[in-house]
Amino acid sequence: MEIIGNLLNGTLVFSTAFIFAALGGLMSERSGVINIGLEGFMISGAFFSAITAYYAEMAGFGSFSPWLGLIGAVVFTAIFSSIHAIATITFKANQVVSGVVINILAASSTFFLVKMIFDGSAETPLLASVFHKLTIPYLSNIPFIGNVFFNAYPTTYIAIALVILLYFVLFKTSTGLRLRAVGEHPSAADTVGVKVNRTRYIAVILSGSIAALGGATIVLTSNGNFAFNTISGQGYIALAALIFGKWNPVGVMLASLFFGLAQAVKDQLQIFEFAARIPNEFFYMLPYVLTLIVLIGAVGKARAPKALGEPYEVGKR
Amino acid sequence: MNKVMSIFKNTAVVTPFVAIIIGLLLGAIIMLIGGYDPILAYESLIIKIFGSSYDFGEALRTIVPLIMSGLAVAIAFRSGMFNIGVDGQIIMGSLGALIVGTQLSLPPLLHALTAIIFGALLGGMWGALVGYIKAKRGINEVITCIMLNFIALYISHIVIRTYMPQAGTQRSEMIHSSASIQIGWLSELMGGARIHWGFLIAILAVIFYHIYLNKTKWGYELRAVGLNPHAAKYAGMKVPNVMVRTMFISGVFGGLVGTFEVLGVFKYIAINSVTSGLGFDGIAVSLLGGNTALGVLLSAALIGGLTYGSQGMSFGAEVPGEIIRMVIAFIIFFVAAPGIVRLFLKPLQQKLKKKV
Repeated sequence: MEIIGNLLNGTLVFSTAFIFAALGGLMSERSGVINIGLEGFMISGAFFSAITAYYAEMAGFGSFSPWLGLIGAVVFTAIFSSIHAIATITFKANQVVSGVVINILAASSTFFLVKMIFDGSAETPLLASVFHKLTIPYLSNIPFIGNVFFNAYPTTYIAIALVILLYFVLFKTSTGLRLRAVGEHPSAADTVGVKVNRTRYIAVILSGSIAALGGATIVLTSNGNFAFNTISGQGYIALAALIFGKWNPVGVMLASLFFGLAQAVKDQLQIFEFAARIPNEFFYMLPYVLTLIVLIGAVGKARAPKALGEPYEVGKR
Repeated sequence: MNKVMSIFKNTAVVTPFVAIIIGLLLGAIIMLIGGYDPILAYESLIIKIFGSSYDFGEALRTIVPLIMSGLAVAIAFRSGMFNIGVDGQIIMGSLGALIVGTQLSLPPLLHALTAIIFGALLGGMWGALVGYIKAKRGINEVITCIMLNFIALYISHIVIRTYMPQAGTQRSEMIHSSASIQIGWLSELMGGARIHWGFLIAILAVIFYHIYLNKTKWGYELRAVGLNPHAAKYAGMKVPNVMVRTMFISGVFGGLVGTFEVLGVFKYIAINSVTSGLGFDGIAVSLLGGNTALGVLLSAALIGGLTYGSQGMSFGAEVPGEIIRMVIAFIIFFVAAPGIVRLFLKPLQQKLKKKV
């Protein structure tokens, strides 16, 4: 029972980053702009959170500095993601190409900056104060459930709140309806007075900022600094979670939890004796195989937003 | 003279060149801001590529896998699919080559040939799987590719650890020398640069790509499906078959990258926790090259050359080599958004007009 509790708790930790990044992708793709650049936005978020938190520490903000790190990640990545917005919306560049550029640019420029700022060092200094697990009084005393759900990093709570918020905004408000309309049928949305390109700009920039929280989570909870391998493939897993979750916030969260569970299983399995006789990689591989099987077998066709990948041109049918 | 001028007015030709120049300039500006010497940096980059026969050979070696993975991504793009799974196909190819290279004992030429074919087929099957799942179940190829990348990585680890580990290291045992495709005399001539027959195969692959796409019925179907799968279907083409076939070829290209790296360069597989990333570089190559045969060849040469030369920059001018990855990103960005390049070009072209 305790092992299962630890497993589920670990799942939440690992899933948080995926949830953020996949939600970021959802914002952009629901408005009709493909976002292959999730990996890049995560890298950007991780880098800027590490840098901001580091300088906040220097300035004496103490335990408040990780919060400033989060804000730094969001603000700077919003600026960074405007590159993707300008290229794909104003200049109608191929959205996949622009996303690939974002990934290359994020990886190269952050390593360049780290080397430049820290005199050739390949990573940022270890942060003295990072997020600690928040134990919610009383609730965390509930046996089993308490340890699983009410003893987690603040970022996890933010992520789950964001899922609920996005679900509500997307499906229960007129703003959400407009956003979805722009992604499904931009010319119809334009006809009824929705500003297609402006909506997409906002969506893409928000997309980058939210995905940045995913990168920041990894730096500010588990890693404690930024290095060239801090983000290695998590953005692509988030992309998979976005498709697996059928572009729906709740689905995306469940898919992210599934991938997070897979990561947590790795950590917990070493305890068992039978697991020692099977190559570790078998367990590493399992989640990806299961995902494929689930996709092929049960879920059926996931439908992407209809106008995904198409720049909007006025007067085009 | 008019012909020369018309080349300069042809945006399809001009845009990439202007993009390269602006990209390099932007890189120089960033270096200046960072307090580095851009002229010294670019000088040491060029010296690194052309400075010695060894370096030139190694630069060529860097270009070969980029040509192949660029072609792998490009052929999928032309049929309307995004093959983000070349990394996995490369791993399966290298695994195939490694298995044949270490487990079989065959006469030299035959051994290498068998290893290449086995690796290519394994990569091809890995690619075809993506096409099959998309054709039969309508599942987005991006997610399948990402999953198969991880699965391939871990399969290769399991196989290497179980059947051909090199004791005490995080890598496989070496292949038999009979399976090597390194060109011994040319390597010796070029100061030990790891030149291998893969270069020739890559050139042949470029030619094959051009002919297949533009001169054959299957290639015509491929392009038709890429432009409009519904129209292709109503024209009587079997879209699922085209998808599987295309992804098989794409996977063969990817698999060949793996066989070259194992049989021609490293002779073993190192157990890394992440994939090589060569497949993702292939995306950049194909996009920069506009998914045409010649374009892929040229952009692989550019990206490969710059990447290899960047090692010289950190050594010669103490500039972090990552700046070159940034330059590459800028170049692709400007090629993808020609509108931005036109902003730069307009004043220039108007000046030209005035002179004429």
